[in-house]
Amino acid sequence: METSRRFEEIIAKIYFEGKTPAFNMTNGPIPGEMHLSNGQEPVAVGVCAHLAKGDVVSATHRSHHQAIAKGVDLNRMAAEIFGKETGLSGGRGGHMHLFDANVNFGCSGIIAQGMGPACGAALSRKLRNQAGVAVSFIGEGAANQGAFHESLNLAALWKLPVVFVIEDNGWGVSVSKESSTSVERNSVRAAGYGMPGHFVEDNDPIAIYEAAGEAIARAREGKGPSLIEIETYRLAGHFMGDAEGYRPEGEKDALFAKDPIPQMSKLLLDEGHADEAAIAELQATAQRRVDEAIAFARESEYAPEEEALTSVFA
Amino acid sequence: MSEDLNTDRHLTIARSMAEAIEQQMESDPNVFVMGEDIAALGGVYGNTRGLFEKFGPERIRNTPISETAFIGAAVGAAQDGMRPIVELMFVDFIGVCFDAIYNNGAKNNYFSGGQINVPMVLMTAVGGGYSDAGQHSQCLYSTFAHMPGMKVVSPSNAYDAKGLMNAAIRDDNPVIYMFHKGLQGMGWLGTEPGATVATPEDSYTIEIGKAKVVREGTDVTIVGLAMGVHDALKAADKLATTGVSAEVVDLRSLVPLDRETVIESVAKTGRLIVVDEDYNSYGVSGEIIATVTEHDISKLKASPRRVTYPDIPIPFSRHFEQFCMPNADKIVDAYQSMVKGAAVSV
Repeated sequence: METSRRFEEIIAKIYFEGKTPAFNMTNGPIPGEMHLSNGQEPVAVGVCAHLAKGDVVSATHRSHHQAIAKGVDLNRMAAEIFGKETGLSGGRGGHMHLFDANVNFGCSGIIAQGMGPACGAALSRKLRNQAGVAVSFIGEGAANQGAFHESLNLAALWKLPVVFVIEDNGWGVSVSKESSTSVERNSVRAAGYGMPGHFVEDNDPIAIYEAAGEAIARAREGKGPSLIEIETYRLAGHFMGDAEGYRPEGEKDALFAKDPIPQMSKLLLDEGHADEAAIAELQATAQRRVDEAIAFARESEYAPEEEALTSVFA
Repeated sequence: MSEDLNTDRHLTIARSMAEAIEQQMESDPNVFVMGEDIAALGGVYGNTRGLFEKFGPERIRNTPISETAFIGAAVGAAQDGMRPIVELMFVDFIGVCFDAIYNNGAKNNYFSGGQINVPMVLMTAVGGGYSDAGQHSQCLYSTFAHMPGMKVVSPSNAYDAKGLMNAAIRDDNPVIYMFHKGLQGMGWLGTEPGATVATPEDSYTIEIGKAKVVREGTDVTIVGLAMGVHDALKAADKLATTGVSAEVVDLRSLVPLDRETVIESVAKTGRLIVVDEDYNSYGVSGEIIATVTEHDISKLKASPRRVTYPDIPIPFSRHFEQFCMPNADKIVDAYQSMVKGAAVSV
């Protein structure tokens, strides 16, 4: 969580380079859109702690925390976000299209469209009798998209080793969950598709870890898919530059007071799992890793422009 | 580029779209708007700003992320006598809802022999050049133009934007209103100032299916749409410094396509360049060239040229994207290679 948060914080800073005083996303060393995962780290770590390199993750436009938790090469990920030649796809994908075949991680910017492919990865392992599960991360807005319903039905019907994880941060850009969703909790929709549905409240990393552990074990045992809905918090705007005028006053302040990372540090100290020195060491290591990745990205070159035309076909 | 107007009132395309919708909603209770973030936020591109405050949540409806359902619903509501305006936030999202549009909306008038009309407007944001990568930067002009049964328009400036929106809402057919993000007037992704022009306050229409010669010339015809028109005008300025007189045609509509205006222009100049930000092959640029060559190839003094996006997914990295985008310099280069008689590399 520390690595992810530190990464997001420095990306946010660099993102705004060249974009002030008037925000124009075309400018700066990191152009385009940026969707940061601050506050949502528990989801990534709680789930990915159960996953191996060979397991498949499909994620969304807000995926840095999941990429980091899945073990994506941080240097190459940073370089990709900067659009450099040394990036995961040489600058072709950028922040919303991060792919690392070494750890079976991919993400996409079209809501819910990663769910079908997650089913497919699960199907592939099942057909070939190979180990591995697929995890599809989505937001709560995706639960209203057609692909969600089709994917849940298909996964349950074919008993696929896939786990669907809803990161419910309460907002689809400016539209609240309450004003877009016909049920109070999306986890109840699992019953409609014949799979277990589990709701985890209040962004609790331990509870997430436990629920995910159960669901992933179920999948590995050939018992089929599950849906986990996790109440989490988006501490940043939908995209960087989002003025968030639609958020009720005080909402963000209340959420910052519940920041999961200081809460976790406190828990570790209180329960005697770590002392101050160990935590400081962990934080220092995380910072070093992030700093190294950013330096790598900054110092890397851009690919020659004609290379834009390559890699269309295998 | 706009009419010679007695007004100082310069509007952005975003503002002119919102104004057209507002005026239509005032005069016709059957007009309503559905889409994502179009209510209190006023739309991610500002094209519904102020409408929620004025008309309320029943007529300005935020939707869940359920394009198949709410765009299908627009088709149904239109068939039942309303005039819905529905927004597809990025044209790239068409994949999740195309059936409602091309198989239902566009075909039901025909299937029913005219018993059932579908008077809906689908407004959708197109275009790139600001690093939004491959799933948020496409134009897909030809994807819509190719399917029969729907009209397709794309304004290059606020005056046309308002007139075309009014015409689209009043049209009894489904109209796909494609607005280019880089012309909207939104500071957050950069904007082409040439699109913000004098726009009257009253409600007027521009006929769908009529192109416009926005700059007269004698040596070459440059045909463009939306942002392409601005690239063409800039290229025309550059060419003028070398004594070349370029005529620029703003298509404004793709369906119906004003082939006559293009044919007439090329008959005059004898040279044709098409600017199209959509992918090179199987699209608008090919259609314009085919229109001219089928009609009378003897009018051409040289092989036509097209300045288009290559047939690749749109890359993220800024230098990659700029390498691929059409621009004024590429149009000038195309003219120069045309007069040298150089062959097009395939």
